[in-house]
Amino acid sequence: MKIHSIQSLGTLDGPGVRFVVFLQGCHLRCKCCHNPDTWDITKGKDMTPEELASRAARYKEYFGKEGGITVSGGEPLLQAKEVFELFSLCKSNGINTCLDTSGSVMNDDVRKLLSVTDRVLLDIKYTNDVDYRENVGCSLSPVLEFLKTLDERSVPTTLRQVIIPTLNDTEENVKALKEIRNTHSCVDSVELLAFRKLCETKYQSLGIPFPLADTPEPTKEKMAELKNML
Amino acid sequence: MMHENWNGFKGGVWQDEINVRNFIQENYKEYTGDETFLAKSTERTDKLMEKVQALFKEERAKGGVLDIDTEHASSLTSYIPGYIDEENEIIVGLQTDKPLKRGVNPFGGIRMVRQACAAYGYKLSDKVEEGFMFRTTHNDGVFRAYTDEMRAARRSHVITGLPDAYGRGRIIGDYRRVALYGVNHLIAQKKADKAAMASGNFNTETTRQTEELFQQITFLGFMKEMAAMYGCDISEPAKNAREAIQWTYFAYLASIKEQNGAAMSLGRVSTFFDIYIERDIANGVLTEEGAQELMDDFVIKLRVARHLRTQEYNELFGGDPMWITEAVGGMGEDGRSLVTKNSFRLLNTLYTLGSSPEPNITILWSTALPESFKRFCAKVSVDTDSIQYENDDLMRPIYGDDYAIACCVSAMKIGKQMQFFGARCNLAKLLLIALNGGYDTSSEMHIGPQMSVIEGRTLNYDTVMKRFDKYIEWLMHLYVNTMNVIHYMHDKYAYEKTQMALHDTDVERFMAFGIAGLSVVADSLSAIKYAQVRPIRNTNGFIEGFETVGDFPKFGNDDDRVDLIAKDMTHRVITELRKTPTYRNAIHTLSVLTITSNVMYGKNTAATPDGRGDGEPFAPGANPMHNREENGALASLNSVAKISYDDCRDGVSNTFSITPDTLGANDEERYGNLVSILDGYFAKMAHHINVNVMNRETLLKAYENPEEYPNLTIRVSGYAVNFNKLSREQQREVISRTFHEAM
Repeated sequence: MKIHSIQSLGTLDGPGVRFVVFLQGCHLRCKCCHNPDTWDITKGKDMTPEELASRAARYKEYFGKEGGITVSGGEPLLQAKEVFELFSLCKSNGINTCLDTSGSVMNDDVRKLLSVTDRVLLDIKYTNDVDYRENVGCSLSPVLEFLKTLDERSVPTTLRQVIIPTLNDTEENVKALKEIRNTHSCVDSVELLAFRKLCETKYQSLGIPFPLADTPEPTKEKMAELKNML
Repeated sequence: MMHENWNGFKGGVWQDEINVRNFIQENYKEYTGDETFLAKSTERTDKLMEKVQALFKEERAKGGVLDIDTEHASSLTSYIPGYIDEENEIIVGLQTDKPLKRGVNPFGGIRMVRQACAAYGYKLSDKVEEGFMFRTTHNDGVFRAYTDEMRAARRSHVITGLPDAYGRGRIIGDYRRVALYGVNHLIAQKKADKAAMASGNFNTETTRQTEELFQQITFLGFMKEMAAMYGCDISEPAKNAREAIQWTYFAYLASIKEQNGAAMSLGRVSTFFDIYIERDIANGVLTEEGAQELMDDFVIKLRVARHLRTQEYNELFGGDPMWITEAVGGMGEDGRSLVTKNSFRLLNTLYTLGSSPEPNITILWSTALPESFKRFCAKVSVDTDSIQYENDDLMRPIYGDDYAIACCVSAMKIGKQMQFFGARCNLAKLLLIALNGGYDTSSEMHIGPQMSVIEGRTLNYDTVMKRFDKYIEWLMHLYVNTMNVIHYMHDKYAYEKTQMALHDTDVERFMAFGIAGLSVVADSLSAIKYAQVRPIRNTNGFIEGFETVGDFPKFGNDDDRVDLIAKDMTHRVITELRKTPTYRNAIHTLSVLTITSNVMYGKNTAATPDGRGDGEPFAPGANPMHNREENGALASLNSVAKISYDDCRDGVSNTFSITPDTLGANDEERYGNLVSILDGYFAKMAHHINVNVMNRETLLKAYENPEEYPNLTIRVSGYAVNFNKLSREQQREVISRTFHEAM
């Protein structure tokens, strides 16, 4: 499988201490993307699911009761077959599995992958189709379909959204998030993440214009206010 | 034996022999709850602390030394009693007649005392000069016996920081014995030990020991006199918590009046004190607030302890440290943890009195410790950056459950083992000397076996290793011999009679060697093995730099190809050291610990094949080199965990800095994640970790505006320092270190 990088200590992508694998390749082009270097599926380093699973196993002692492996990206669903193999190996070794995804792909491989996924971190991005099309470049409906599948299979899900001033930092948006939470039994938590511009240098070195270069980061107060509404 | 001051304690063999461990095991009450019982500081404590803060400020303003008493040679009864605020102190006793006023201790060497006085604008009095005119000091003795080669090794800095010009320290008296038994009983015991020797054969060792016992007995007497000057009679056992703390502190104070050892550690006193506190609380004579106040006052005394040091010393051990190391927690052999309410109270002093590098609080971590205690430790780390962690599950099987830590990472059974401290050799420099066939380009000295400069356009790994082995063999033999000279002379001219009086008469000794530059050597050898390293030769034919082409595995990425080179290196070193017998049959041990001397070692070492430039600092202790880690924090921890404690029984130090945002999204998650990280690291059989949870920006601000961060405490290799007390160079090195952060 194609991987971008490994972060042996992840504490922000899923519960507890996690071994995070960033996969290479993404079909979306979100304006706020902070990992543009993971887009190109032809790049990245080749590793087998077995190699990755044995790497992750070296950190098992650190995972405690909650931690485990998180596969992020890129879009991990593009390599669902390999992630399935990786997660199966991890689970047979008693390692908790967590999938960080946009939820924009659904096929048999993805369904199979969900059967060995202990938690999904679903990056919802925008709560209405118009904004989604405008800022991601495709329709929101596959993501809602994905949520439905998670419901059917009772996969514990954390709904995540990056808060971007002027794009989705509204009360209306939070209300819509609450609505999604209340209508989907799989969702047990919602996390709002502040939009960060640390990635600007990555865009520069790749020679790609950063679409949100002029958008400010949200203030602490704003984040607290929105979190309170939840 | 019975004593009325022991009423209420459960009896045991501790009554028939000197056995503090047995007293603790029979009487302590494990505490598995959380920190909510803790009291805040009292008004009295706050007022006293205000005075102390003002003194600290004045001390800083005067360039680090508030005052020096040049009139007396420091010893137990040299000074009239000193106080911070006599009416408001609960625990009394200062090293000299005034707080933060430093005494002079010429027994180790008069020349260093002169230099240190001069550095701060003082002149040693004629009285002290005359007193030492015809007296041999430890330093005199060492230099009488040093060979030319020993001097050369010292001058070239291939072995540096040796305790030949300062007190060796790293000896922990069992200070608790004074509280539990009273000094009279300890004197009687030592007299009996001395009498028992009469029937044996007298030879060098036994004659020396009888003389040492004489000195121990004499100084126990002085200890009583010293306490009497403060109005306390410590002949008999302590009868309540205040006395237990006071008596123990007097024993410690006597030691730091007599000796200015580099590390003067405290041991493991908090759970011992808890037994007395619990008895007083049960008897209705002490409240929780009162108990905290006792601990606060005790800790204030530890925070004002000082020694006068030379500038040279400060370069090695930055930040004016005392290493008053107190080991907290750990498990008992019966499966109960040794955590008591007083373990919490000691940690609580970092809140009641504010964060501080001293005492050097060291948590003996076991995965089996009570969860609420683990969480509280993590909270203290996140809030104060003042504590360190060592692996009790690794040490307990070797040292039992009543050991403590001397200095940073040196474990020893309290009152039963001691060590001969031996600083460290510079392994990176040794590699360069080997390549140059016995020439050190930094000091421009020929040293070691003389052979041709290693040949070839690129370095061959096997050839280099073969050559390096020869030089390791040479240096380790020289290193042991040098240490034998130093410790023979230290015993002869500056014997630690007060501390050794608080040990069993038959004591087990370690001789603690050390290495600096482990990650530089591992990466350099990895570069030679996996990349192309081309030596750059100067006009005289000596190698003075390297051109390294291609990538190579670097220590700190959980990559066995290089991690095992590091592990193997420590094994080679200790194996070679063991080939040369030690003074007093001490057991050879090895540490990977640099204190802040990694800066000085780097300064004296030319460019290395790993890409480190001429004079650049090494990483501290066993840390991977700065900013060479590509897979995050745990990969780095895994690399260090591979170094075997069996090879490095004197400790493997790792300093870990992480930004709060990387550790977790909120405080509660940070505590939980830190506990998981510690559990994981120690389950990997790693030995030690310093934890800093802070942003680099904070350090940069403190570097620019020191006056705004007077109490900023950070953990460096094996201890904590006040950031502002480091030299500018040491500060820059700390700032340049890897701060683990997630993007």
